[in-house]
Amino acid sequence: MTGTEDMAGTARDRPEDFLTVRDLRVHFPTDDGLVRAVDGVSFRLQRGRTLGIVGESGSGKSVASLAVMGLHSGGPARISGEIWLDGEELVGASAERVRRLRGAKMAMIFQDPLSAMHPFYTVGAQIIEAYRIHNDVRRSVARAHAIDLLARVGIPEPASRVDDYPHQFSGGMRQRAMIAMALSCDPELLIADEPTTALDVTVQAQILDLIRELQAEFHSAVIIITHDLGVVAELADDVLVMYAGKPVEYGSATDLFDLPQHPYTWGLLGSMPRLDRDRSERLLPIPGTPPSLITVPPGCAFHPRCGHTDAVGTACREKVPELTEVAPEHRIACHLGAAQRERIWRTEIAPKL
Amino acid sequence: MSTPEPGGALLSVSGLRKHFPVRRGLIRHTVGAVKAVDGLDFAVTTGETMALVGESGCGKTTTGRLLTRLLEPTAGSIVFDGHDITHLSQSRMRPLRRDIQMIFQDPYSSLNPRHTVGTIVGAPYRLQKVRTEHGVKRAVQELLELVGLNPEHYNRYPHEFSGGQRQRIGIARTLALRPKLIVADEPVSALDVSIQAQVINLLADLQDELELTYVVIAHDLSVVRHIADRVAVMYLGTLVELADRDSLYAAPRHPYTVALMSAVPIPEPSRRLQRDRIRLTGDVPSPLNPPPACRFHTRCWKAQPVCRQTEPPLVELTPGHQVACHFPEDVPPATPAG
Ligand SMILES: Nc1ncnc2c1ncn2[C@@H]1O[C@H](COP(=O)(O)OP(=O)(O)OP(=O)(O)O)[C@@H](O)[C@H]1O
Ligand SMILES: Nc1ncnc2c1ncn2[C@@H]1O[C@H](COP(=O)(O)OP(=O)(O)O)[C@@H](O)[C@H]1O
Ligand code: SF4
Ligand code: SF4
Ligand SMILES: [Mg+2]
Ligand SMILES: [Mg+2]
Repeated sequence: MTGTEDMAGTARDRPEDFLTVRDLRVHFPTDDGLVRAVDGVSFRLQRGRTLGIVGESGSGKSVASLAVMGLHSGGPARISGEIWLDGEELVGASAERVRRLRGAKMAMIFQDPLSAMHPFYTVGAQIIEAYRIHNDVRRSVARAHAIDLLARVGIPEPASRVDDYPHQFSGGMRQRAMIAMALSCDPELLIADEPTTALDVTVQAQILDLIRELQAEFHSAVIIITHDLGVVAELADDVLVMYAGKPVEYGSATDLFDLPQHPYTWGLLGSMPRLDRDRSERLLPIPGTPPSLITVPPGCAFHPRCGHTDAVGTACREKVPELTEVAPEHRIACHLGAAQRERIWRTEIAPKL
Repeated sequence: MSTPEPGGALLSVSGLRKHFPVRRGLIRHTVGAVKAVDGLDFAVTTGETMALVGESGCGKTTTGRLLTRLLEPTAGSIVFDGHDITHLSQSRMRPLRRDIQMIFQDPYSSLNPRHTVGTIVGAPYRLQKVRTEHGVKRAVQELLELVGLNPEHYNRYPHEFSGGQRQRIGIARTLALRPKLIVADEPVSALDVSIQAQVINLLADLQDELELTYVVIAHDLSVVRHIADRVAVMYLGTLVELADRDSLYAAPRHPYTVALMSAVPIPEPSRRLQRDRIRLTGDVPSPLNPPPACRFHTRCWKAQPVCRQTEPPLVELTPGHQVACHFPEDVPPATPAG
């Protein structure tokens, strides 16, 4: 119950954690007011494991991951909390130090590879550049490395495609090239922000396979950010569900999909048409729309859309629920009592999913 | 032609083609053509929902724009409600515009940001010079209510609405003239899951209430199974499979359809290692230069020499289930077709 002691379980330091994020907040002052894009997020991740961060657009997923990468520095963002990467704290570290870690220890791939790649340089030149920042090698060595990487991510005829410009690649190939660039320095932490959202399912499946294989090969820690619960289920070991800048449910992927505990997660699962289930006549949408992060509803931010407030009373509107452990390594932020939650899940939710 | 019961087909299409010329050089001479749509045959029955699915660039939007006659077909014919509309001029098309409407892919760019919701939704009345019983404002407010928007928001601008609400505004606009056929191009793909479900349910309710016929363009196979009665699978401008929903999902027969379904991520982590996956390699070839004969042969794991020489025709293998493949998949014995 005491949030500070056991916020997402990260107070107990575990030496095996490669990345630990504690009570991360990223706020943007704007003309319309303060945007609380990320408001108290904690999680931890070991090497060789994958964390999925899910949530609808605007829930703060990208802002949180950019904070880990140190990519808000110099901007208007106000950042607090702690980010520990391999024993080193990053929120308080110098921008120069974080820049060095980026590329060497951590790398990121984005939804839109075209905007992340430079249009006037060849794909190869960009990979070579990224590699040589952190490795003192001759150009020819870096070029051979770039061709290796392109082959590794499945680009056909890499020795000639290395000299192509990004626009000469298809969407799927660009995404592969960006992964090659991110991998150029064997990062121990790879953050993939909606890496397949712009791609067809067939290409998405290839890219997800690729990320899975590379992770096994390099034993890196991976964060996959997506709004698609199917993608999370394909890759993640643990899942963090975000709503309006806050974590609402955090647990292992199997627990989260087999025994989800938070009303918002129930809503997400009920909204989704699924190929692996009998066809339902009607989907069960979550009513209403996600809130603005400037005027987040008081109490539980989800309360205007939640169908279970009656079982709780006024607390939903008045008191922010803390992320609390409800089963081993399974946490939710909701005022529902354990017995009520169990009853609602068994009688109302599970039969319809 | 498939299932045109007497008086049943609201729309029928045969040999439909759209080639976009590719021009080069100073005098812009034609050097080739993008075969965006390259010979489609299908019919849509009154009251049903037919879905067009396929990967990006396979010609779905182009087909939608041909059906609504926003584009001029290169060849083939389109018959709507007994009228041949294939080459109707814009002015001859105008009376039929009331009956055929299109919902666009992107709820952000398809609404004029400088117009109020009232102006946007009421525009069809003004353009078509339709008289409304209690005035345009009343009619528009009824439409807003019908699609689940607050009628008092009549004077607001698009930017004041969320993505899902904007898509509802777009839907209200298409409903203004009580169309018979709505062609919806990816009506929910830009929306968040929770909002997507709201709009899917809305489209279903409107269909029941207003007896609408839908052609829905989509790429998400789970969404398509939920909304469609029949599904047409496109690959590089052609139909490779056309079947009733249940038959298609229970036993896809075209290798491409099988691959598409196998690529859909399933939200069940405990099963991810047990799934049988078929992985296509590479990307869709360019429609500028599609592979000869069976266009799928460059990515098909079953391809034989005949696939590179003879184009497989779309033939009915079981009632209502058409497939264009020399070596269609078997129907699994446990699940009888249909
Ligand atoms: N006006 C045009 N001129 C030239 N080529 C075009 C034109 N419009 C579309 N095309 C091409 O025709 C092909 C089919 O395009 P279309 O927009 O119909 O695809 P789609 O199936 O709707 O794809 P998506 O899923 O990405 O929306 C593509 O190769 C596209 O680049
Ligand atoms: N530089 C910025 N200034 C102000 N607000 C921002 C900025 N970047 C992101 N936001 C806001 O933060 C919220 C979360 O954004 P984001 O993390 O991108 O969401 P998503 O979960 O879709 O990735 C959104 O409301 C967004 O508008
Ligand atoms: S705290 Fe209340 S409003 Fe929030 S999810 Fe739980 S029951 Fe719903
Ligand atoms: S005709 Fe041949 S290449 Fe084409 S889908 Fe069938 S088996 Fe594959
Ligand atoms: Mg994002
Ligand atoms: Mg399209």
